[in-house]
Amino acid sequence: MAQSATYYVPHGSRWPIFGSVAMFIMMFGAANLMNEAATGGPLLILGSVLIIVMLFGWFGDVIRESLQGLYSDQVDISFRQGMAWFIFSEVMFFAAFFGALFYARQFSIPWLGGDGDGFNTNRFLWEEFSPAWPTNGPADVGGRFETIPAWGLPLLNTILLLLSGATITAAHWALKVNKRGALIFWLAATIALGALFLFFQAEEYIHAYSELNLTLGSGVYGSTFFMLTGFHGMHVTLGAIMLCVILGRCIAGHFSNENHFGFEAVAWYWHFVDVVWLGLFVFVYVL
Amino acid sequence: MAEHATHDTHDEHHDDHQQSFFMRWFCSTNHKDIGTLYLLFSLVMFFIGGFMALVIRAELFVPGLQLVHPEFFNQMTTMHALVMIFGAVMPAFVGLANWMIPMMVGAPDMALPRMNNWSFWILPFAFTMLLLPLIQYAFFGVGAGGPAGGWTLYPPLSLQGGNNVAFTIFAIHMMGVSSIMGAINVIATILNMRAPGMDLLKMPVFCWTWLITAFLLIAVMPVLAGAVTMLLTDKFFLTSFFNAAGGGDPVMFQHIFWFFGHPEVYIMILPAFGIVSEIIPTFARKPLFGYQAMVYATASIAFLSFIVWAHHMFTVGMPLGGELFFMYATMLIAVPTGVKVFNWVSTMWKSSMTFETPMLFAVGFVILFTIGGFSGLMLAIVPADFQYHDTYFVVAHFHYVLVTGAIYSIMAATYYWLPKWTGVMYNEALGKWHFWLSTIFVNVLFFPQHFLGLAGMPRRIPDYNVAFADFNLISSIGAFGFGLAQLIFAWIVIQCAFLGRGAKATDHVWEGSKGLEWTLSSPPPHHSFSTPPVINDKDLAHGDVTH
Amino acid sequence: MRRLSTGLGMLLAALASTAAWANPERWQLNMTPGATASSHEVYQLHMIIFGICCVIGLIVFGAMFYSMWKFRKSKGAVAATWSHNTTAEIIWTVVPILILVGMAIPATGTLIRMADTGDAEMTVKITGYQWKWRYEYVGTDVNFISSLSRDADAARRLGSGVDVTAIENYLLDVDKPLIVPTGTKIRFVITADDVIHSWWVPALGWKQDAIPGFINEAWTQIDEPGTYRGQCAELCGKDHGFMPIVVIAKPKAEFEAWLAQQQAALPDVSATAQTPAPAPITKS
Ligand code: HEA
Ligand code: HEA
Ligand code: CUA
Ligand SMILES: [Cu+2]
Repeated sequence: MAQSATYYVPHGSRWPIFGSVAMFIMMFGAANLMNEAATGGPLLILGSVLIIVMLFGWFGDVIRESLQGLYSDQVDISFRQGMAWFIFSEVMFFAAFFGALFYARQFSIPWLGGDGDGFNTNRFLWEEFSPAWPTNGPADVGGRFETIPAWGLPLLNTILLLLSGATITAAHWALKVNKRGALIFWLAATIALGALFLFFQAEEYIHAYSELNLTLGSGVYGSTFFMLTGFHGMHVTLGAIMLCVILGRCIAGHFSNENHFGFEAVAWYWHFVDVVWLGLFVFVYVL
Repeated sequence: MAEHATHDTHDEHHDDHQQSFFMRWFCSTNHKDIGTLYLLFSLVMFFIGGFMALVIRAELFVPGLQLVHPEFFNQMTTMHALVMIFGAVMPAFVGLANWMIPMMVGAPDMALPRMNNWSFWILPFAFTMLLLPLIQYAFFGVGAGGPAGGWTLYPPLSLQGGNNVAFTIFAIHMMGVSSIMGAINVIATILNMRAPGMDLLKMPVFCWTWLITAFLLIAVMPVLAGAVTMLLTDKFFLTSFFNAAGGGDPVMFQHIFWFFGHPEVYIMILPAFGIVSEIIPTFARKPLFGYQAMVYATASIAFLSFIVWAHHMFTVGMPLGGELFFMYATMLIAVPTGVKVFNWVSTMWKSSMTFETPMLFAVGFVILFTIGGFSGLMLAIVPADFQYHDTYFVVAHFHYVLVTGAIYSIMAATYYWLPKWTGVMYNEALGKWHFWLSTIFVNVLFFPQHFLGLAGMPRRIPDYNVAFADFNLISSIGAFGFGLAQLIFAWIVIQCAFLGRGAKATDHVWEGSKGLEWTLSSPPPHHSFSTPPVINDKDLAHGDVTH
Repeated sequence: MRRLSTGLGMLLAALASTAAWANPERWQLNMTPGATASSHEVYQLHMIIFGICCVIGLIVFGAMFYSMWKFRKSKGAVAATWSHNTTAEIIWTVVPILILVGMAIPATGTLIRMADTGDAEMTVKITGYQWKWRYEYVGTDVNFISSLSRDADAARRLGSGVDVTAIENYLLDVDKPLIVPTGTKIRFVITADDVIHSWWVPALGWKQDAIPGFINEAWTQIDEPGTYRGQCAELCGKDHGFMPIVVIAKPKAEFEAWLAQQQAALPDVSATAQTPAPAPITKS
């Protein structure tokens, strides 16, 4: 709370403005891609690469400064708060999609099917339709499809992610008691579990698209299913990349048993991804 | 204690001002420079958005279409709102937060200075994205122009937009990233950078309102991002979120949007409450009445803002229970807001007031914002809202809270702190002219819109029946008058900030000013407090600190 | 000058008049009391809450202006040092709550009555299109499209050169109005085919959104025969400002005659589209 002995105001940095330009190129490219302009794809890729360059450059600076011992406890706390609130914002991002799922299931589908206030909607517009879940809506958008049973791959994935939560905690413990070998082992295990999760997830998607006719276009079921699991998968990917970086830093000996915020930030993120999955498992697959 | 030093890195350890232009303005880590960038950006956006408003008012000057096609009119309406909200008001408040919060809590800078710079520099690019389709169309005749579905982007209409849909959505994503990072920075600064002795309940109310606003931002900007992402996939990737045929619902978008949108309007007013709570005690020379009540009221408003969103949707056909719930919850907001208004009035009671320009704007704020609040309360009454909804009555409501609310507070803040920022006193006579012209014309502009709405004029229409002609004419005259008055404002700012013209400001600037920011020189040093100041309760602005 | 004085005269007339305006009038300042029991209730509610706001406003602004006049430094006022007062704070928290409760009670009653579409004697289905309305008398084959009247449609074009003030009911007139009986509880089922619209006739006291793929309900019972005008109230694209609504209420017998005549005029084969089959909402 109170200011500590020294407060470090970092010197000016080119990375933020670099990042802004990169983000602009990326988004501009994405927009052009949507609008089917030829420049879209290349610009999107260029922008994304530049963003990655920025991340490496920027975090590289931060790591260097941190290793030089320039940061005080206060800076450390600022970083922690920053990360915590960032994760909260991610939670709210997922909340929007969960909200869509709940709304569709609780309100729009029953109304279209004539429950409660929807009586006339059903009678005048969608007489054939009776409410059910899963559904691709009264117009059978995207055609018949099948869903993925919760107790197969999804259950396996749940176990994998839960295990990875445990392994990263083990790694953290190893870091705190200065057991380098164990630290690297558990961290690598976490990454492996994450990668395995992603592998199965990809498997599941391929299965859904090629055999079940379950696609992003399968009405509101397909929409919510793929948006939720898709964004989650993207976050797992991101988390796994961050874990790899952290693994590299552990090997390089960047962290001490007291000072390892970088590690903790990634661990928090990983736990967040884990918890979101539990929500997904329950609300998307089981219920 | 006294040795607590701030250090910059070696390369710029001893000088603050020998950086190159590029390093100083594009790569800055200085909260004041970044604050300045935000404020200037906001001023430019205010003029762009205002220009669009003038196009609207010019077309509505008399019945019949004279100037623009209906489609272009809708683009003006949509872009006017997006530019004003995301380009003018929000960045202005972030700019003020940047400038003032470190100085108010006794910190050398923001908690995360580099991210601070990124938050700002995303904005010009985001608005380039947003404005691009419109610019292409208006100036080069390319494409079909900007988004025209209203700032609320309701599908299915907004998805008919063609090329601009993707641009608008990605621009909103960028603004979201910027706002969230800005908000994280504010929270970290307030929670982590306060000087020893600056307890949370001793902070200036402005910091409190911003702390809560920042929380709202982090909670709802991602929801907006989610909502527009679903728009994107509905348009380009075959999803059916907002399409009944696939089991979705267009109204679902409205729920998600307003879950963001309602807290958003408080994002635009809570910092304003904070500013006014700083200014009134200064010019009343009396401590703020009910400091703690102010804090709790702000928190209550923020809490309630999450459970009232559907008051924008009373006519979409919600079940009766929903309508009742949202009506009651909305009405409740009048209570904490009332507490604030009563506290301001009580601060003025038995005080010793003078009326320099910041005070004039603050008093104007309290009166005119309250009028906007009253019409808001009327809108909350569902059966009455069936008549008011989507008419100019609503337009009048939100311009009273936004223009004479948010914008007035920003102007008050500018006059209040400009001498501190620039070291130069603004021209008081011009400031008074600015206030009085603005206040007269803004009422000529927006008051008649209440009548128009009640008489039955829908919003978002480019042309109207003759019955609405008279008040539209008056309103348009008011718009041009108000717009011209803003040129005075721009001139005053230019005089102080760029020309350095005016009397030298003292450190204290105002006779009644209290708080840490006034203990610094005018203009303040590069790093605000390189050693933590000693907090002396008596010098803080608020009388309530003793209990 | 003459214009100004007629304007002022109208302003005063508008203030004094309590007549039920069916249509907007120049210098109209207030909401129409409308032509139905519901609209009267809404009008009354509106006046009550408006009155309450005025009274509170008077008190608050009165206190402010009094202090600004009395407690100025230039008048030698000396600032007090107190900064809170628990009793006052409790009062101004509790009293507004009571006032709000007082407002909520009649509002709840009116809302409940307006939501009850039961016992309707006839049903009209309204469908919004870009940019016109379709009306169907459910249970009969009568159904037609209603759009902006021709002269107004010509005059409203950019640079048409027509003086729109010379056109009667400019933008508030349609080619084929909706005809309904008086003294009858009519249920409306409202939907849209492309984007969201909103069906609003101020004299009926409500508006209801037309959502593609969903049906919303509302009802009315008009007591006085007359012509009641309104407009689409939800932004629906470029011609949103140009999709008016006209409802003509006729005595029951006249209405029956009109309906019978419409039905007779229909071609035998139902060439006119019935309720359009649940056409999938095409993706935009
Ligand atoms: C800064 C922005 C801001 C603020 C602060 C508010 C404040 C309020 N708003 Fe407003 N509102 C908007 C911005 C804002 N609004 C915008 C932009 C829209 C339109 C969006 C769009 O559709 O494009 C809108 C629309 C809007 C609607 C939807 C209207 C419609 O489309 O049909 C409603 C309905 O309930 C509403 C209600 C309220 C209420 C109850 C408050 C309350 O917070 C007001 C509380 C204040 C007071 C009541 C005055 C002071 C209190 C006292 C003196 C105490 C005693 C008083 C009493 C007991 C009466 N607003
Ligand atoms: C903070 C937000 C904000 C602000 C500051 C304003 C400011 C103004 N607004 Fe805004 N407005 C909105 C938010 C805001 N508005 C929103 C959210 C909507 C709803 C959009 C929707 O329906 O989707 C809206 C809609 C809206 C409408 C309704 C449009 C419609 O329904 O079709 C109108 C019409 O009069 C209007 C007018 C104005 C005017 C005249 C100003 C003035 O205050 C502007 C004053 C500023 C200037 C004029 C610029 C400064 C001066 C110059 C450029 C110099 C040149 C001047 C001259 C030559 C005179 N606004
Ligand atoms: Cu139809 Cu607006
Ligand atoms: Cu709201």
